[in-house]
Amino acid sequence: MSAAGWIRLLVVALMVGGLEIACRAGALPATAIIAPSEMVRAMIEVLASGEIATDIQLTFTAVAIAAALAISGGFVLGFLIHLSPRVRAALDPLLAAYYAIPHVAFYPLLIVVFGLGIGPLIVLATAFGIVAMIIATLTGLDRVPRVLTRTARVHRLSPLQEMTLVRLPAAMPHLLSGLKLALSYAFIGVIAGEFILSTAGVGHAIAYAYDNFDNRRMYGLIVFVIGFMVVVNMLVLVWERRMAQRRGAR
Amino acid sequence: MSSDGASVHAALVGVTRVYPARAGQPPVHALGPLDLELQRGEFFSVVGPSGCGKSTLVDVLGGLAPPSQGEALFEGKVLGSTVPDGVGVVFQEDASFPWLTVWENVAFGLRRRGTDAAEIRRRVDYALGFMGLQGFAKAYPAQLSGGMRQRVCIARTLVMQPRLILLDEPFGALDQQTRLLMGDELLRLWRETGATVVLITHALDEANLLSDRIGVLSARPGCFIAIVETGWSRDRDSTLAEDPRFGAVTARLWAYLRPESLRALGQQAPAVPDTLRSAAE
Amino acid sequence: MSLAARWRDSALVVAAILALWQAINLVGGDNLMTSPLATVQHAADMVGQARFWPHLRETVTAYLAALAIAVFGGIGFGVLLGAHRLTGEVAEPIFVALYSIPKVTLYPVILLAFGLGIQAKIAFGALHGIIPIVIFSLNAVRQVNRTWLRTARTMSLTPMQTVRHVIIPATVPEIFSGLRVGAALTLLGTMLGELFASQRGLGFLLMTAIDLHDVKTIMAIALLITLFSVAMNAAMLALDRRLHARF
Repeated sequence: MSAAGWIRLLVVALMVGGLEIACRAGALPATAIIAPSEMVRAMIEVLASGEIATDIQLTFTAVAIAAALAISGGFVLGFLIHLSPRVRAALDPLLAAYYAIPHVAFYPLLIVVFGLGIGPLIVLATAFGIVAMIIATLTGLDRVPRVLTRTARVHRLSPLQEMTLVRLPAAMPHLLSGLKLALSYAFIGVIAGEFILSTAGVGHAIAYAYDNFDNRRMYGLIVFVIGFMVVVNMLVLVWERRMAQRRGAR
Repeated sequence: MSSDGASVHAALVGVTRVYPARAGQPPVHALGPLDLELQRGEFFSVVGPSGCGKSTLVDVLGGLAPPSQGEALFEGKVLGSTVPDGVGVVFQEDASFPWLTVWENVAFGLRRRGTDAAEIRRRVDYALGFMGLQGFAKAYPAQLSGGMRQRVCIARTLVMQPRLILLDEPFGALDQQTRLLMGDELLRLWRETGATVVLITHALDEANLLSDRIGVLSARPGCFIAIVETGWSRDRDSTLAEDPRFGAVTARLWAYLRPESLRALGQQAPAVPDTLRSAAE
Repeated sequence: MSLAARWRDSALVVAAILALWQAINLVGGDNLMTSPLATVQHAADMVGQARFWPHLRETVTAYLAALAIAVFGGIGFGVLLGAHRLTGEVAEPIFVALYSIPKVTLYPVILLAFGLGIQAKIAFGALHGIIPIVIFSLNAVRQVNRTWLRTARTMSLTPMQTVRHVIIPATVPEIFSGLRVGAALTLLGTMLGELFASQRGLGFLLMTAIDLHDVKTIMAIALLITLFSVAMNAAMLALDRRLHARF
């Protein structure tokens, strides 16, 4: 690890350690926040008790379905939009404005349409994630250097071969960051939806613990959700780094 | 095919290339009319002022873009907008695939063609050795210098055993010493393969040193204003620069080219006040 | 393609969305989605009613306060962290990690810290908006062309002159892109805050409308928020492109 990496680790450790000491010394009210070590212990207890198993299953099923839809759908749509410059030009302002739309405002509507359950969560999370993948796919395909597609022609590749052997590998770094964003957004969408209005799921469990003043459980669950997302992101980051190293910065 | 037709390997007959009008811009007459006969196995270079359509000439000869008028022929067949078998192109920009190793890059074309594995290995290893890349088979292009990456691209073209090799300013991004050495390798490659080579370059020395004949293009639209024969022997290399006749040829090329280069600069002149205006804002 | 053709194509896309919306209304009826016209009419009616204004004021106040914090805090932190090479290198991945975690889960923590009032919404909105602004500002400062800084030194500019005439003009386009992303996310954060545990504001009206199964009001509010956000984004995007076009 680089020097900056070690310092970063130290900074995070100091922040967590500082919070730990502040909590244990009673500098922060126990009604507002508990020590990080307590949070982790609470997380382990909640997970070990199995009470949360169905909620976790529900949340992760929704995230998995939404992420899969957002990533595959976003890729296919991005690909199709890329084929037609005219459609592309017409959709561009829409794509640019998309993340300015507060999607959660439509969640209530989705509940009216799909009823309370996994349906509206999946729709919300997919809608939230899919455009990130579309934009990443478009950017990736746009930025394939012209000389590589010309090389494909010199090798007399068919359009399909050109796509699979040249354009897609060339666009891969962008596709990967799109995948990371879409996954992240799908997760945020599901948790946000569960949080605002639902009867089950991890987001709901956090809101429920909050409503019942069960801070220990609430913090345990928060640490679980955030910790999970951080681990997933780090795994994708390792993959990205390896690819960036191999390809160099160009 | 007649006997003297057999020695003509590729040809341009009354070729022009016009880029169609785009929003608010008139059509651009980039090239021609051009007539050219390339002899089988000759080394032909094209020099010309910037923006004279040199790269467009490669596109037409390689079947990457059809001529607007006239015909481009390769081995007696009229070219359209597909690259025919037997033609290899090396571009100025780095065209190595960053996701493949050097070995995989060089094997790329053969694998698509379905050549059997043993033959691929034989040819790729030979090409890597020829280009001085033996130790880098497993490296990725990003780990190599610009000159080495360009060698990968040349090796990738070489393994296909093309009969016509088009090089579009392949050494444009390299430093002068590397260019000279790469030029020597190119000559060696040309002698060993017996291929016809067309080199586009803006360096007069380079064109002089490497070529049997040099076509000088005018400012846009590019037309041949002279075709200079150098008369060098086949086993020449970069030490040729010491030859007293060498300077004379370069001087002749420059005499043809200087008015055209001035004209090309003049063509860009109207753009200057605009840039000045936007810079002042 | 000409500009007129581009506008025409974009207008076609908007028309297609409206047509789809209308079609859903025709198939599913008013209980599923109200028609575009009815939604616009209801939105206009709501805006005309006096009892709507306190809620709108609450949301706008919360949003503007959150945005102010996000913008000043974000640029301040970002520029400071980015100015020093090592701190920038240390801080950037931390903020990128913070950007990708689901911040919704932190809302109860904010509520515990700030109570149920407008402060919690402001804090939550600012939390969403500040992170991208920090990231963009930090990178903008980090990526100032070293040659420009050396040029400034060869001309013996004072540090203040260097900031005023080199660093600021060089970083403004990138920082502004961060502001655009940050402004949209601040709105998202503020809305999330209002949807969950709130007694006033547009988000509260939305939640009340759900309880009453009042599709018309849900649609009208969602439309108002979307129009506001898209209009703001379009204006900022136009400015953003002009700033970037100079480079």
